[in-house]
Amino acid sequence: MEKFEKLTAIAAPMPLINIDTDMIIPKQFLKTIKRSGLGVSAFHEMRYNLDGSENPDFVLNHEAYKGANILVAGDNFGCGSSREHAPWALLDFGIRCVISTSFADIFYNNCFKNGILPVVVTEDELQRLMKDAEKGSNARMVVDLENQQIETSDGEVIAFDVDQHRKHCLINGLDDIGLSMEKIASIDAFETQMAQRAPWV
Amino acid sequence: MAPKTLYDKIWDAHVAHEAEDGTCLLYIDRHLVHEVTSPQAFEGLRMNGRTVRAPEKTIAVPDHNVPTTLDRLKGIENEESRIQVEALDTNAREFGLVYYPVDDVRQGIVHIIGPEQGWTLPGMTIVCGDSHTATHGAFGALAHGIGTSEVEHVLATQTLIQKKSKNMKVEITGKLSPGVTAKDITLAVIGETGTAGGTGYVIEYCGEAIRSLSMEGRMTVCNMAIEGGARAGLIAPDQTTFDYCKGRPNAPTGKIWEEALAYWKTLHSDDDAHFDKVLTLKGEDIAPVVTWGTSPEDVLPITAKVPAAQDFSGGKIEAAQRSLDYMGLTAGTALCDIEIDTVFIGSCTNGRIEDLRAAAEILKGRKIKEGMRAMVVPGSGLVRAQAEKEGLADIFKEAGFEWRLAGCSMCLAMNPDQLQPGERCAATSNRNFEGRQGRGGRTHLMSPAMAAAAALTGKLVDVREMI
Repeated sequence: MEKFEKLTAIAAPMPLINIDTDMIIPKQFLKTIKRSGLGVSAFHEMRYNLDGSENPDFVLNHEAYKGANILVAGDNFGCGSSREHAPWALLDFGIRCVISTSFADIFYNNCFKNGILPVVVTEDELQRLMKDAEKGSNARMVVDLENQQIETSDGEVIAFDVDQHRKHCLINGLDDIGLSMEKIASIDAFETQMAQRAPWV
Repeated sequence: MAPKTLYDKIWDAHVAHEAEDGTCLLYIDRHLVHEVTSPQAFEGLRMNGRTVRAPEKTIAVPDHNVPTTLDRLKGIENEESRIQVEALDTNAREFGLVYYPVDDVRQGIVHIIGPEQGWTLPGMTIVCGDSHTATHGAFGALAHGIGTSEVEHVLATQTLIQKKSKNMKVEITGKLSPGVTAKDITLAVIGETGTAGGTGYVIEYCGEAIRSLSMEGRMTVCNMAIEGGARAGLIAPDQTTFDYCKGRPNAPTGKIWEEALAYWKTLHSDDDAHFDKVLTLKGEDIAPVVTWGTSPEDVLPITAKVPAAQDFSGGKIEAAQRSLDYMGLTAGTALCDIEIDTVFIGSCTNGRIEDLRAAAEILKGRKIKEGMRAMVVPGSGLVRAQAEKEGLADIFKEAGFEWRLAGCSMCLAMNPDQLQPGERCAATSNRNFEGRQGRGGRTHLMSPAMAAAAALTGKLVDVREMI
């Protein structure tokens, strides 16, 4: 997993609430057996017309946002299906950070497993960040995970919370499975005890 | 000892390791696997030279991609779908998993066959790379959806990295009125909480109306906990649960059954247990409901009218307008004046035998509206066989429904069962998202009886007029 330390990038505004994972990556792209190559299909139905041409109204089709690495999005981002194809598609498009007032649980977890930082801010902060994102490609937002803060293009600083274990893994690009394997003795002991306590399991 | 909720009890019984910051390794009793969210996880194991720690607790079945037409054993036409199902065949065999291939009569939707085969039992922790894993909470099992990286983690370690969620209680008091079902309960709750109302919580459903439900109904309720944003839904096990589990192929027997039963009877929230959030609805107040928009929270009684975007506040105004445009609806239209052209009965929400009985009850001796495309997709091969034995299949076929083989089908349209742009469907599934049943397709969620009634009239209709 790629490390996430400090990201200075263009942020794209997506004020719509309840952007679900079906919107982020529709089902026809879930048939892949790989993790890569989904970026071109991210937000497919909003992004492309029926004839395959780009929908000029969609934010990531605007010249200013084609190189965006941050999304500033409406409430409850990533709701619905557990498909990890959603963060894979975002990552493959180039998105490393999503900022919203809330995220659906499974999507939120999935982001951390793929080097994407989801940041929860207040409604008021989101509005200010949305305005900053609307400035387009002349503006750059700085997301600093080490110091847990976002700096807008005007220099306004917004602090955020993040789980310390997840922060540690993201900053160091650590693989969860490797870390858990170090605790294999605890798992072995638990499994033995469980087999006696609940033999039907 | 401090009083505990049901969630607290199951959680405490499964912590294999706890770090100082509260991050736990939660032991997983059952891992369900399907073909869409697992290939990358198995690939990850291979790349790192790892294996499946507990193949005997890992149950795999293809369901999302499989055709449900009667000729499906000829093979899957779509190449990508075929490759994905073949990958599961290979992975299941290579890693020695419990496997129900497409030609096995026990094949079906993963959340239907888990309980059916007795893999799902009270007090267990159950995960699957699928958000509707919440279904299994109906047994008083802690069950939730995970991503593919987590699938790989569970395959390798039989544990999941977790922090504890908060407790929420949803109580449905009293009795349901005739024509009102488990589906109406679960939709009505989401209508109250919104799709983010349960985020960060595990919901325990309780109250007389929940207690009165069959296991099938309870599974419908818990299935959609995720649609309310909750990590999982739970219902404390009782005699209804034990009766369902007893005699299932993988349920314990004899002395071990007795031991299990004694433990299962302790699985309920203590009287003074603390819930961080409580919602109470009266069973009598719940009407048959339908969704009008593109979020499961867009729920209204069938007697209501399509709302206007201005009826909402904040970000929901823009979202509601977008929904109305997408759904091709005008504010003020009576919901029962909305014409439909497709009916889909099935899915992990409503593809069980009781759902088919409820739909057949409405359809018996009647014909669907001319030109209507209507299909029943049983949740498993065994549900299908049971429905044929009971004569339900004949009722569906005589009414004009297609009688399909088991799979996820038009719930998410990964197989050939899809809506065309602008087509409008009365569906018993769980998501009405834009494009969910096919690009440009319009979905109204409802109960099996309501969907059957709509097939007859060609419009959304109040099923209470037909019973």
